[in-house]
Amino acid sequence: MKKYITVPIGKEVSRTLKAGDYVYITGTIYTARDAAHKRMKETLDRGENLPLNWEGQVIYYMGPSPARAGRPIGSAGPTTASRMDKYTPELLDMGLGAMIGKGKRSPQVIEAIIRNRAVYFAAVGGAGALLSKCITKSEVLAYEDLGAEAIRRLEVENFPAIVVIDSEGNNLYETAAQEYAGK
Amino acid sequence: MREIKVQEITRNIKEMCIEANHFLSKDMADAMANAAASEESPLGRQILSQLQDNLKIAGEDMIPICQDTGMAVVFLEVGQDVHFEGGLLVDAVNEGIRQGYTEGYLRKSVVRDPLIRENTKDNTPGVIHFSIVEGSRVRIKVAPKGFGSENMSRIFMLKPAEGIEGVKEAVLTAVRDAGPNACPPMVIGVGIGGTFEKCALMAKEALTREVGRHSEIPYVKELEEELLARINGLGIGPGGLGGRTTALAVNINTYPTHIAGLPVGVNICCHVNRHVVRVI
Ligand code: SF4
Repeated sequence: MKKYITVPIGKEVSRTLKAGDYVYITGTIYTARDAAHKRMKETLDRGENLPLNWEGQVIYYMGPSPARAGRPIGSAGPTTASRMDKYTPELLDMGLGAMIGKGKRSPQVIEAIIRNRAVYFAAVGGAGALLSKCITKSEVLAYEDLGAEAIRRLEVENFPAIVVIDSEGNNLYETAAQEYAGK
Repeated sequence: MREIKVQEITRNIKEMCIEANHFLSKDMADAMANAAASEESPLGRQILSQLQDNLKIAGEDMIPICQDTGMAVVFLEVGQDVHFEGGLLVDAVNEGIRQGYTEGYLRKSVVRDPLIRENTKDNTPGVIHFSIVEGSRVRIKVAPKGFGSENMSRIFMLKPAEGIEGVKEAVLTAVRDAGPNACPPMVIGVGIGGTFEKCALMAKEALTREVGRHSEIPYVKELEEELLARINGLGIGPGGLGGRTTALAVNINTYPTHIAGLPVGVNICCHVNRHVVRVI
């Protein structure tokens, strides 16, 4: 089903999203990938505060290519989410509302998604030029020294994504592939 | 003896890095267009049509096809009658990568040390493979490689008794495990034979063979066709979200090997299978 949502996202909205829904996302999202996750984990382990409160927010696993003059951002498609699996349950338990990436998640992440009524979206991998057109604004929020891996605040408009793991743990990667297997 | 200035190599590599990241080669572009027209799954078709739009935007607005503009893999076939002047060849290649990635607004994804992980900020060094061939020309192939799919690649050191069925199982296992992580539709490069490193290198080079062109060895061609059909029967589909188009091609290279071994390298590439060739 086609749906339009705004983010940050509340649990009352995540609950209505079902694996297989095609969603257009509008609002503010944040990028973070390997190095930013590692640094957030180290910050938490020292008992310090993160650069932002993740409650209801959306992480986009993405490291863009540099922007040409006059554009907010360069190519901007999703990266493989499983590399962040080690860090994700802790962020979900802190209230992280949703993630956008590509590829499978670990059983621990799926459990944490269910526990927190969160949601995992996939954006189309390798569609970075197209997806960049849905990003209207981009600014570095933290960890600027990490370059493409810094945490950025993005404004997105009708950003296309697909619900892959919903708040009940239904997993489109498993059900969809089965449907076409052996044909 | 033909003299070539290394600056000419630098200039070509720079242009090729930029070209590869904004325009798919014709074989790949055709394969993607065919897939978009023939996919059965509605969601799969929608994804493939987004990828068609993506290619159009990339070329028209000069935005890289994918934000992972890769680690630059360069194959240099150097005629043995060529003499390079003006500097070291390997430095000239890396200078081309540096200029291409900085001036071409490509992402810098290379870290100097695999464990200390400090970004080199200009995407150098590349991974460079030299070979010496006859003649007085230089054939350059630039193939920037994204790591979503690179990370799903595998080497299997099979026993000779496992034979062709073992090879098929190895390739299918690698593709099944890769699934959505490798940004399907994929291209699968396979190297069979040689040694541990030789099978991996053959698999990498197989990715740069034109999609749609088969091995000249009849049984290998049959194996390529059978594996492609079986992979597309796995149901993984575009984006891993179900469908018939899981791979666009299986390209296999072979080499003599040892009586005791059957090495199989499986290098997985996404649909952004970049390769540009120039002969100078
Ligand atoms: S696997 Fe390929 S298409 Fe996917 S993100 Fe990496 S380079 Fe891009």
